[in-house]
Amino acid sequence: MAKEVQQRDRVIIRFAGDSGDGMQLTGDRFTSETAEFGNDISTLPDFPAEIRAPAGTLPGVSAFQLHFADHDVMTPGDAPDVLVAMNPAALKANVADLRVGGDLIVNTDEFTPRNLAKVGYAANPLEDDSLSSYQVHSIPLTSLTVKALEGYSITRKDAERAKNMFALGLLSWLYNRPTETTLAFLERKFAKAPELARSNVTAFNAGWNFGETTEAFTVRYEVKPAVMPPGLYRNITGNTALSYGLVAASVRSGLPLFLGSYPITPASDILHELAKHKRFGVRTFQAEDEIAGIGAALGAAFGGAIGVTTTSGPGVDLKSEAIGLAVTLELPLLICDIQRAGPSTGMPTKAEQSDLLLAMFGRHGEAPVPIIAPRSPSDCFDAAIEAVRIAVTYRTPVFLLSDAYLANGSEPWLVPDVDSLPELPVVFATEPNHAKADGSPEFWPYLRDSTTLARPWALPGTPGLEHRIGGIEKADGSGNISYDPSNHDTMVRLRQAKVDGIARDIPPLEVDDPDGDADVLVLGWGSTYGPIGAACRIVRDEGGKVAQAHLRHLNPLPADTGDVLSRYRRVLIPEMNLGQLALLIRGKFLVDAISFTRVRGMPFKSDELADAIRDVIEAS
Amino acid sequence: MSIPVQGPPSGRRQGLDLVPVTAEKGTKKEYTSDQEVRWCPGCGDYAILAAVQSFLPELGLKRENIVCISGIGCAARFPYYLNTYGMHSIHGRAPAIATGLATSRPDLSVWVMGGDGDFMSIGGNHLIHALRRNVNLKLLMFNNRIYGLTKGQYSPTSEVGKVTKSTPAGSVDTPFNPVSLALGAEATFVARTIDSDRKHLTSVLRAATEHRGAAFVEILQNCNIFNDGAFDLLKNPETRDTAVVRLEHGAPVRFGNDGEKGVRMTERGALEVVDVAEVGEDALLVHDVKHEEPALAFMLSRLGNVDDGVTPIGVFRAVDRPAYDDQVREQLEDAVRTAGPGDLAALLASGDTWTTN
Ligand code: SF4
Repeated sequence: MAKEVQQRDRVIIRFAGDSGDGMQLTGDRFTSETAEFGNDISTLPDFPAEIRAPAGTLPGVSAFQLHFADHDVMTPGDAPDVLVAMNPAALKANVADLRVGGDLIVNTDEFTPRNLAKVGYAANPLEDDSLSSYQVHSIPLTSLTVKALEGYSITRKDAERAKNMFALGLLSWLYNRPTETTLAFLERKFAKAPELARSNVTAFNAGWNFGETTEAFTVRYEVKPAVMPPGLYRNITGNTALSYGLVAASVRSGLPLFLGSYPITPASDILHELAKHKRFGVRTFQAEDEIAGIGAALGAAFGGAIGVTTTSGPGVDLKSEAIGLAVTLELPLLICDIQRAGPSTGMPTKAEQSDLLLAMFGRHGEAPVPIIAPRSPSDCFDAAIEAVRIAVTYRTPVFLLSDAYLANGSEPWLVPDVDSLPELPVVFATEPNHAKADGSPEFWPYLRDSTTLARPWALPGTPGLEHRIGGIEKADGSGNISYDPSNHDTMVRLRQAKVDGIARDIPPLEVDDPDGDADVLVLGWGSTYGPIGAACRIVRDEGGKVAQAHLRHLNPLPADTGDVLSRYRRVLIPEMNLGQLALLIRGKFLVDAISFTRVRGMPFKSDELADAIRDVIEAS
Repeated sequence: MSIPVQGPPSGRRQGLDLVPVTAEKGTKKEYTSDQEVRWCPGCGDYAILAAVQSFLPELGLKRENIVCISGIGCAARFPYYLNTYGMHSIHGRAPAIATGLATSRPDLSVWVMGGDGDFMSIGGNHLIHALRRNVNLKLLMFNNRIYGLTKGQYSPTSEVGKVTKSTPAGSVDTPFNPVSLALGAEATFVARTIDSDRKHLTSVLRAATEHRGAAFVEILQNCNIFNDGAFDLLKNPETRDTAVVRLEHGAPVRFGNDGEKGVRMTERGALEVVDVAEVGEDALLVHDVKHEEPALAFMLSRLGNVDDGVTPIGVFRAVDRPAYDDQVREQLEDAVRTAGPGDLAALLASGDTWTTN
């Protein structure tokens, strides 16, 4: 039976199941097929911190959402059009988000009285009318998979496990996705177990064929490819992009990369990724603790490497003292904070932007540190290079503030031409730079460059430049220990002036104000870029006027930030914290900014942001 | 200048391999910085500084390839006084910082200086991990069994019952025996020496530099302000011969006037002090720094922990085990050898890709 094909301009799908059901993998593969097909995509994995919470329970639910379209996509989407629920827990945890009238695909095999009771369903929701506002497709995914795999010499457990491939096959049929990448992937993944490779391929094909023959689905959907700038694309997550950015910075600067890190969610993937790139001379050091991670990175920086430490909020707390040391040593160092919901352990796999003030002020003494924040998963690549540029140019620790959403979320990335990447020239000191009273040459480690105020970077091994640096206050110029009151005042101001001066060296704040006549500016930073952009689009589509600006440099701010803010009647600052950027903006520019905040560990929904923007427009 | 990222082709390295040497040996004066030394007059640190400043030129290394890293405390001021590269960092973290430097720069001889507070208390974690990893570092711990810079609180090596400002009724917690701790942390080289015995101190430093990997040296150091005379028993001519056991590799463990005392193993596997005249030299334990198992060295380190104990000094253990930094470099070299140097364009375009026109 030929099925009707309906056109859609965009679709949001959420795969949800137990942690052991392979939903992240299923989502990944569907993303790959969709990228291959040419849609624009944004993805959001949402998984529990526990590796395997008890099976079938609400805390054990793992989900993966993706949004794909025939136009550019800015967020992983608000309400899914399709929900795949592999068990009652997945249904219960996710069904409230499903768009009314949306497709709900459930694995009926798991809807046993025991599983229903586990999550508090008194009655089977598939058998009453509680799901009547959705298109429910009740399918025994597990038993269909097991049946399809009869005759394979695999265990019953392995056969049941392949149900995610059956589901993927069905969804791939429903949206007419190309299947080659998935089939090739399965061959690769199970290269050492050919029978498993064959059975998973069979499960996938069985899912596809089921769609073709079943009467449960009467229509298929088509989402045309998006028009994107020509070139070579790949899908990339924030953590991978960040890792690649660091490798690229190493290649472009000619300096070896040294990562000192202690495993922590959601930053560990950067350690895993960089550990693969030994061919680039990348050294990864899994330290005994967070402090040793940054300490080793700082030691490597003293020796002329790009020293990097990767962590999340709890790790930054521990690294504070070493960051202060780097401030006063004036050595390049990069601290990548993949922010997660806090305080304390908080919600390790959930996103938040609540470390901005920590990065800004979380040290004793006057200890300014430049801060850079990427705006999207692929932007982590460019942001990492920019952070290294500032670190090596100004001999300063730099914070790179990503978050759990950027880290694990993904989007298509136009692979850049290596020659187009910034060059990062670094000049080390090789000669004495000062004369003693008797005229003989000597080296002053704190004699600054007159433009950047950076001090010379003189590597151990350079003859004649032997010098000592340390945490005790140093005399301006000579770098000798000094407790002189006015020298301390000078040095505190010099360190601040050096960081403030970076503003001369960064691009002006870009404002997206299509007609140039908006009264309201939405100012954001970091991962809220997509949701804010999508919300502005919604408002503009209805004729509303709103401008958007997004900060990549948070310390120092672009030099024209104050001017931009003063051009708008109202400034709205949405943040996934309780108003940290708003506090800085209010304090620095005396602007009566309006803070809009959510701290649910999830990205903003564009609809709720659009509402917030409308409210401000109406009130202004 | 170019940074040496990789050393010459791999192979088991010796002590100072890869650190450039010079034909002109330096002088003590050249190794003395122009900074005013700010320890209390009479502090044992002066003797250690003088010994190190005299010993380092002996190595014939390029002075610019020596780096001294320290944490916080009286001892941690050391780098300022040594005319090499140096970093006076933060409390306890020097072994971690030095690990990063040594791992990325095979051409440097990296020294870490600190006190008992720095190494055993706030930095205990970094010390044990540097030792077990066997990072190519020389770690000198000046043990004065007291906090000096913060003005006289008891330290993790102070004896039980120590009366200080923070323990007016006497400390109640058991101290660390630094040599035992280092041995328990899988250290490949462990030694103990005394600030005032220049000859012994220098011989131990020499052995430490010949060792490839982490070398931990405890230097018993007198703090004449807050813990004066802590080691008098080991220093006074009348008592030292009976209080100090000088360990020599390959020799029976003997001490006392004319070597009248010795150490032997009992049938139950413990060590005991005996009169050599009674048991004969053949019954004595023969010291073996190369023994695979650290158990004997550990037992020797405990001799001073018993009531009538004696304090062994010298090298307790010096075994061969690949250094962490050498192995890290080998992995990088292997990766390049088997797959060629990294290609950035290929890396960026790896994985599933597609092209749009
Ligand atoms: S306080 Fe003690 S250890 Fe510190 S410098 Fe004075 S004598 Fe030396």
